[in-house]
Amino acid sequence: MIRFIVRRLLQLIPTLFGLSLLLFIWLRRLPGGPETAILGERGTPEMRAAIRQNLGLDEPILIQYGRFVRRLIRLDLGTSISTKREVTTEFLQRFPGTVELTITAMVIAIGIGIPLGYLAARRRGRLLDHLSVGGSLIGICIPVFFLAYILKAIFSENLGWFPSSGRQDPTIGATRITNFFVLDGLMTREWDAAADALWHLVLPGLALASIPLAIIVRITRASVLEVLNEDFVRTAEAKGLTENVVRRRHVLRNAMLPVATSIGLLTGGLLSGAVLTETVFAFSGIGAFLADSISQRDYPVLMGFIMIIAVVYVLVNLIVDLSYSLIDPRVRVR
Amino acid sequence: MTIISGKKREKIDRLAELAAREEERGVSLWQDAFRRLRRNPAAIVGAVILTIFVLVAVVGPFFVPYGPTDTMGIREGVVRVGQGLIPGHSAEHWLGYDHQGRDVFSRMVVGARQTLLVGVVSTLIGLSIGALIGGLAGAAAGLGGRWGRWVDATLMRFIDMLLAMPSLLLAVSIAALLGPSLTTVMIAVGMVSVPVFARLLRGSMIVQSHSDYVLAATSLGVRKSKIALTHVLPNSLAPVIVQATLTLATAIIEAAALSYLGLGNPDSAVPEWGVMLADAQPWLGIRPALAIYPAVAIIITALGFTLLGEAMREALDPKLRK
Amino acid sequence: MALLEVDDLSVTFARRGQRAVRAVDGVSFSVDAGEVVGLVGESGCGKSVTSLAIMGLLPKQPGLRVGGKAVFDGSDLLQLDDRSRRDIRGRDIAMIFQDPLSSLNPVIPIGLQVTEVLTRHRGMRGDAAAKEAAQLLDRVGIPDPKRRLKEYPHQLSGGMRQRALIAMAVACQPRLLIADEPTTALDVTIQAQILELLKDLVRDSGTALVMITHDLGVVAGMCDSINVLYGGRVVETARRRPLFREPRHPYTVGLLGSVPRLDAGRGERLNPIPGSVRDLLPWPDGCAFAPRCTRRVDACVGEPPQLVLAHDGRSYRCVNPAPVPGLRPTEEIRETVPGEAEPGTVPAQAVPGDAPAVPGLGPAPSEEETP
Repeated sequence: MIRFIVRRLLQLIPTLFGLSLLLFIWLRRLPGGPETAILGERGTPEMRAAIRQNLGLDEPILIQYGRFVRRLIRLDLGTSISTKREVTTEFLQRFPGTVELTITAMVIAIGIGIPLGYLAARRRGRLLDHLSVGGSLIGICIPVFFLAYILKAIFSENLGWFPSSGRQDPTIGATRITNFFVLDGLMTREWDAAADALWHLVLPGLALASIPLAIIVRITRASVLEVLNEDFVRTAEAKGLTENVVRRRHVLRNAMLPVATSIGLLTGGLLSGAVLTETVFAFSGIGAFLADSISQRDYPVLMGFIMIIAVVYVLVNLIVDLSYSLIDPRVRVR
Repeated sequence: MTIISGKKREKIDRLAELAAREEERGVSLWQDAFRRLRRNPAAIVGAVILTIFVLVAVVGPFFVPYGPTDTMGIREGVVRVGQGLIPGHSAEHWLGYDHQGRDVFSRMVVGARQTLLVGVVSTLIGLSIGALIGGLAGAAAGLGGRWGRWVDATLMRFIDMLLAMPSLLLAVSIAALLGPSLTTVMIAVGMVSVPVFARLLRGSMIVQSHSDYVLAATSLGVRKSKIALTHVLPNSLAPVIVQATLTLATAIIEAAALSYLGLGNPDSAVPEWGVMLADAQPWLGIRPALAIYPAVAIIITALGFTLLGEAMREALDPKLRK
Repeated sequence: MALLEVDDLSVTFARRGQRAVRAVDGVSFSVDAGEVVGLVGESGCGKSVTSLAIMGLLPKQPGLRVGGKAVFDGSDLLQLDDRSRRDIRGRDIAMIFQDPLSSLNPVIPIGLQVTEVLTRHRGMRGDAAAKEAAQLLDRVGIPDPKRRLKEYPHQLSGGMRQRALIAMAVACQPRLLIADEPTTALDVTIQAQILELLKDLVRDSGTALVMITHDLGVVAGMCDSINVLYGGRVVETARRRPLFREPRHPYTVGLLGSVPRLDAGRGERLNPIPGSVRDLLPWPDGCAFAPRCTRRVDACVGEPPQLVLAHDGRSYRCVNPAPVPGLRPTEEIRETVPGEAEPGTVPAQAVPGDAPAVPGLGPAPSEEETP
């Protein structure tokens, strides 16, 4: 188990180096460097050169890369060109919002998706089955940002049930510790702050959950249908076990295997969806900041953020693989 | 020649014949799948949607009542955005005007062609690059021995890198690199699906490489490159084709997302549903229909591809074959 | 009164837009307490469906119809509600299946799969249940049972898995055990061991056993009485010795003739039954076996053959049965019938099991899919 984790983490290192090198070269080929973003079209060639020299962009690209790697080993991701703050600081301030949003979406998707998929399979061919299969098809086909707009228009602008933007009502004046607003509220016992932050998460969470929810419903349904036909379910029935035990211990547990795999893969897509959802709900996560950084050519921010996201993605999949080996003893982690 | 154990040799005798008949079997597999496809109502619905969509996209633009860029509403003074006046449907303008006084129906029809183009071209980009990488890796991993495993591992690390980047971020940075345009959108959306195709084809080819008919062909002394091309590849294509159909749906949706982020075609002379949807956002309060028409069109088209793709997957799934 | 009395059991699968398939068509047989009864026939003759129908384990699907009676200990199993049926299953009637690997849940340890029966029917929990489970594993001949309890099915060998399944089946000392092809998926030497184990278990506990098999070697070694099934009906019923000595139904004769024998000369050919299970005539049109029968006469076709009750308590469903002084001298048959399933003498399968399957079930006849 430990060896498996260590090996997977070691495997991560060459992937990260490859990714960073590719990114590095690629980003610096983007037309218009940070000097254009800072000076606009007005700057004289001398001013441009000065800025480039100041940022160290005049040196050969491999030397720049070497410097980047040396800093990276000390976990120093550099300073943002546009905000002049540490990339790590920027990240720690914004990423919790995206994580909160992603976790909310995943909780919604798993919490509704698995029971719904299971019920659809048990009532195969009945109304509930048709509704959930049809609904999940539409869920896959609806553009996330459009769904976000519809939810916002109906539930916040027309009905006024939910706030339409932001992560928390600033007038609450909540204390910040981790920048996970819900967590902060719980830690400082500012219950109203936590509740308000949760309330702000509902609509964007729902919008973001649409695609993973649809996929989890479909995979759960298909997987349960397959497991219901397995011989060992018949054995369980033949033992006279109650329906409840057959269902939980024998059907659901086996049906969860493909669902667990898909959850890991869905996380990558969620981060993309989060960028769109954050934009619609003016939700301050990494989404808008990343989009700005691209147009500003803020190389350190882009490099740093993408690298961290890649690490997070790999870690999530590692956790999924580990949990997989917990559900399925046949998968040995070595 | 590979050294083969006694048990395997028995198998080979039985399977040599099978390998000889492989081609014939392949044909009947597709015929069989097509037969089951025709019986599936979901496939029929999907096919009908797509036929209408393709028909509109190909022929429609020749028959539209107005030019898609003609700002007649402003010229005639019927559309006054400043006063919140964007008239809806009428006998002359079936879907009304947009905020620039253009005929929405004409734009929808012409937009169908652009949307189809974006979907098909970006899927083809993803499919060809992904299939090339995945096919090489799969052939190398399945048949290439030690050196092949190395090739496979290298290619797959590259794919892992692509996968580790959030797809939209990948698309956004490509778009930033190339500047906003229709080509950008197509390349960006295509690149996002590269790892999916690569992994799928590789996985499928590795499974096929371990199958009995490959063993039989190897034992008969067929060259490895020939086995890969004539046996393994054709039999691995089914999931890739299914995935391509499904990708057409996501490509259209993702193109819309890029347009929404302002990376789509800035030239609004060539309407595209994603751009229309993005353009309509500021006017949601005045006339939500401007967003709803392209959104519904995108959803229905994506639904058509998804229904057909899923039905194809079911039809080709040997487990579901009874 | 018999322990289990199956009377005119019929099972029909109807699929939308297709002709209904009658997998079991009026099967009747009885099992006395402590008796070993064989249900024998080729793949697709309806023997597995019969057992699943008795257990109430046929997959619930629209178009499934089960008719007739299966009276166990005075109550008709087919009329019971779900709750009482679950109470009986595993406690009074237990079942062993063909493929031990797929019949065990791959993701939970063997121990839990044994103790869950004990918890359900005997209210045992915790250490008591674990101890009893270890004893059960020990009883079915699994060495080092305490360690095995913590292992998963994939860590056990095929024979061990089947032993574990048997342990679960006998956990509550059921009065009736149904074994559906329990040895088919196993190696020949393991087959013999498992059969010995089953024989010992039923002898020691007085459990009645219904042995479902296509393997006449199994039948010869174990069964007190035998029912031969064809096309979803019982075509011949007899005690073991008379059946092997003087088979009356031509199908039984054919089954016996297709068993390879050690004492046969090298040049001598086997006598396989021509055709396959698919070539059957619907019973209302005559004898289902007629298309493959070597003793066919005109009277075979037209109406279904009557069940003939012979003077010695045997019965068969044939208008032109094999004459009593058999096709071969009776002495010879008695000698060649494999006795206690010694390695090497266990006969091969009568017909390879290639019949298409009803979804979720073992093979069943399905003329609708024959092109």
